[in-house]
Amino acid sequence: MTAPVATFRIIIGALALLWVAVSSHPVAAQQPTAVDPTANSVNEQQLLQQFKRIQGRGSIPDTKSYTIEQPAGRDWRHFHEVTLRWIGAIAILGVLGLLVIFYLLRGMVRIESGRSGQTILRFNAAERFVHWMTATCFIILALSGLNITFGKPLLLPLMSPEAFTAWSEWAKYAHNYLSFPFTLGVILIFFTWIAGNIPNRVDVEWFRRGGGMIGHDHPPAYRFNGGQKLIYWIVVLGGSAIAVSGYLLMFPFYGTDIQTMQNAEMAHGVIAMLFIAAMLGHIYIGTIGMEGAFEAMGEGTVDINWAKEHHELWLEHDARARSNQLRTQPAATPGE
Amino acid sequence: MARMKFLCDADRCIECNACVTACKNENEVPWGINRRRVVTINDGKPGERSVSMACMHCTDAPCQAVCPVNAFYTTADGVVLHSKDICIGCGYCFYACPFGAPQYPRVGNFGSRGKMDKCTYCAGGPEPDGSAAEYEKYGANRLAEGKLPLCAEMCSTKSLLAGDGEIIAQIYKERIMKRGYGSGAWGWKTAYRETITS
Repeated sequence: MTAPVATFRIIIGALALLWVAVSSHPVAAQQPTAVDPTANSVNEQQLLQQFKRIQGRGSIPDTKSYTIEQPAGRDWRHFHEVTLRWIGAIAILGVLGLLVIFYLLRGMVRIESGRSGQTILRFNAAERFVHWMTATCFIILALSGLNITFGKPLLLPLMSPEAFTAWSEWAKYAHNYLSFPFTLGVILIFFTWIAGNIPNRVDVEWFRRGGGMIGHDHPPAYRFNGGQKLIYWIVVLGGSAIAVSGYLLMFPFYGTDIQTMQNAEMAHGVIAMLFIAAMLGHIYIGTIGMEGAFEAMGEGTVDINWAKEHHELWLEHDARARSNQLRTQPAATPGE
Repeated sequence: MARMKFLCDADRCIECNACVTACKNENEVPWGINRRRVVTINDGKPGERSVSMACMHCTDAPCQAVCPVNAFYTTADGVVLHSKDICIGCGYCFYACPFGAPQYPRVGNFGSRGKMDKCTYCAGGPEPDGSAAEYEKYGANRLAEGKLPLCAEMCSTKSLLAGDGEIIAQIYKERIMKRGYGSGAWGWKTAYRETITS
């Protein structure tokens, strides 16, 4: 019984094999001789022309790694190594040069009528604290930031690579952590002095007369003149922009992609350079540029004659407010 | 002197990720760091290609240019290496790198990302060749032993090639000639300012 079944199986198997061989032959013949699997395959140069970077899908959780190529890094490199250095050098050295020339030509702006010996409160302790907290942070942030852009060409040749790394690492931490009191300072500055810093018609006149920089002119001003208002808005707006771009950099890739990070770095760098240049002017006029100016933020009081010359309207206004206060005081304390 | 390069023949890559695994194992790469990864373009669509990507060891490397503390150096073989003792973990090399090669042990945390880590072409770092300190910081130094990077050495389809640039370019050219097509040497134009055409 088993032999015929086995023979039958072999015959069936052979027939099946023959059928497969015969029927598959024409199919193979239909295949084109030259197969080009790249006919519609992705092409690197085409993708780069179409998009600024090539992205795909990966199998690791780090989504940044799905960007396979971003030649824009080369542009960013050019910005960081060339453009930003030029912007910084021109802005900072330019302002420094102008200040030196101005100082040589004009010298310190004196209190023309001399000191009266009488002083008036200009900035109270809270205001001075806010100013100096922000200023201290700013100076450290500026120096540690400039180290990132100019440290390698200027500082590294003067010290060992290990020493430069140790300093740069501390500078980086200082830069990161002092950003918090700095940002707080910018916010407090905004609220502390907003009242006196709304631009008005007096400022137009002040700017028209060049702020009294040339000659012995003293255009009238309330508590803050046009130039001081300009500094205020540079600090508030520039400080906000630098804080926003800085926090984007401090928390990398939290909701940002490589392009946003590059843009944030570029914005941060340019704003910082201009900010430093503007603050050099502010430091100049607050110290060696003008007699009697530093004590406003130093001790908080200024000489009456200084106030009369530089903030005529403020002095009048303030004096009136004071005398009003004095007059109303007895009424306010009827119990005495 | 040889000019070491990587070349990924995307028409051969089967996205097995063995290069990624080999790299991690050979160099004891810490968690969360991928010196090499495979990215698939047009996944599931006609013309899909996978490319294994790591540091391409660029000519005139952008990472080296933007590093604020000069942590990078290029060896005589054209391999771009860095010193973890000099690195301050600022993250700039990642912004400049066209291939996303630099990796950091930590993300953010007020910018304290730790020392950068990237593909060393299995060539270690500035420490003495084959020393324990070198292995701990940078992983294996196969190049000093006369061996090529493990990712390319064990690639099952020989899609990923490592070695002297001229030799691997020649191999790739011959492949294109023989099979009649090639989607290009990915990243070569950006990394080395050259392309391979048969």
